[in-house]
Amino acid sequence: MTRPVAEVTAGMPIPAQSFPIERATLIQYAGASGDFNPIHWSEQTARAVGLPDVIAHGMLTMAMAVRVVTDWLGDPGAVLSYGVRFTRPVVVEHGIPSQLDVSGTVRSVDPDARTAELDLTASVAGQTVLARARAKVRLA
Amino acid sequence: MPLDQSFLGRTYPLTEPYQVSREKIREFADAIGDPHPAYRDQAAAQALGHPDVIAPPTFAIVMSMRASHQVVRDPELGLDYSKVVHGEQQFHYQRPIRAGDVLRVRTTVESIRAVAGNDLLTTKGEILTAEDELVVTALSTIVARGTARSAPAEGGPE
Repeated sequence: MTRPVAEVTAGMPIPAQSFPIERATLIQYAGASGDFNPIHWSEQTARAVGLPDVIAHGMLTMAMAVRVVTDWLGDPGAVLSYGVRFTRPVVVEHGIPSQLDVSGTVRSVDPDARTAELDLTASVAGQTVLARARAKVRLA
Repeated sequence: MPLDQSFLGRTYPLTEPYQVSREKIREFADAIGDPHPAYRDQAAAQALGHPDVIAPPTFAIVMSMRASHQVVRDPELGLDYSKVVHGEQQFHYQRPIRAGDVLRVRTTVESIRAVAGNDLLTTKGEILTAEDELVVTALSTIVARGTARSAPAEGGPE
């Protein structure tokens, strides 16, 4: 069961969460997703293309960010659409986990259609890494 | 080097069928650190009204990204893949992907643009069942960072 529409109002925040990202996270995500671009696991390659260090897969950041939506909804299958723009790389240094901080707000509710639109913010060390992060969800 | 504009609107043949397994969904959910039981436990998924375990929302990228390589890695397009980062991603769901699905992807080149010295390519991946039921539409924009930009970023220009 997804979240009942009667419990949702425009402007309400949804609970924020933080997610650690370390080198091992990137290796595991590379394997599970099939995205083996070496900028996500090789310092040499990352630096050769002008990055300061290895960076997280944008899709990993996107996957973690929607957790605030799916955990709040209860039913991850009630996500109708989800989109983000990747604005800044999440640099992951050796031995130093980065922390992705995600929060969200209900932008609008359609009581007749039983849907809501949500805005998300995602940042690392206070710097925004996703822009236009939005999800539309089905409510009960 | 500008991308070959003649690719615009081009649609590629359906990919080979991808069989979605419970184990692959669990592996993906583990990798993104998401412990939700609907990704692992059939009974938990059924309690939410799904016939079998469902995949996390971004799982669709596993199929759509692979399918988009037909375009992105076509040498005639002229994209320097070593300079490519992910700029933007959208998914539109008809329903969640679930274990047991056999899915194929039809990729279309949606747009080709040059902005601030970067080449931007948007592909649309329509993820379909064997019965041609549309499950997910994935819109992916990748950015080939131009040599004019000195500060690289995972992402396109604002």
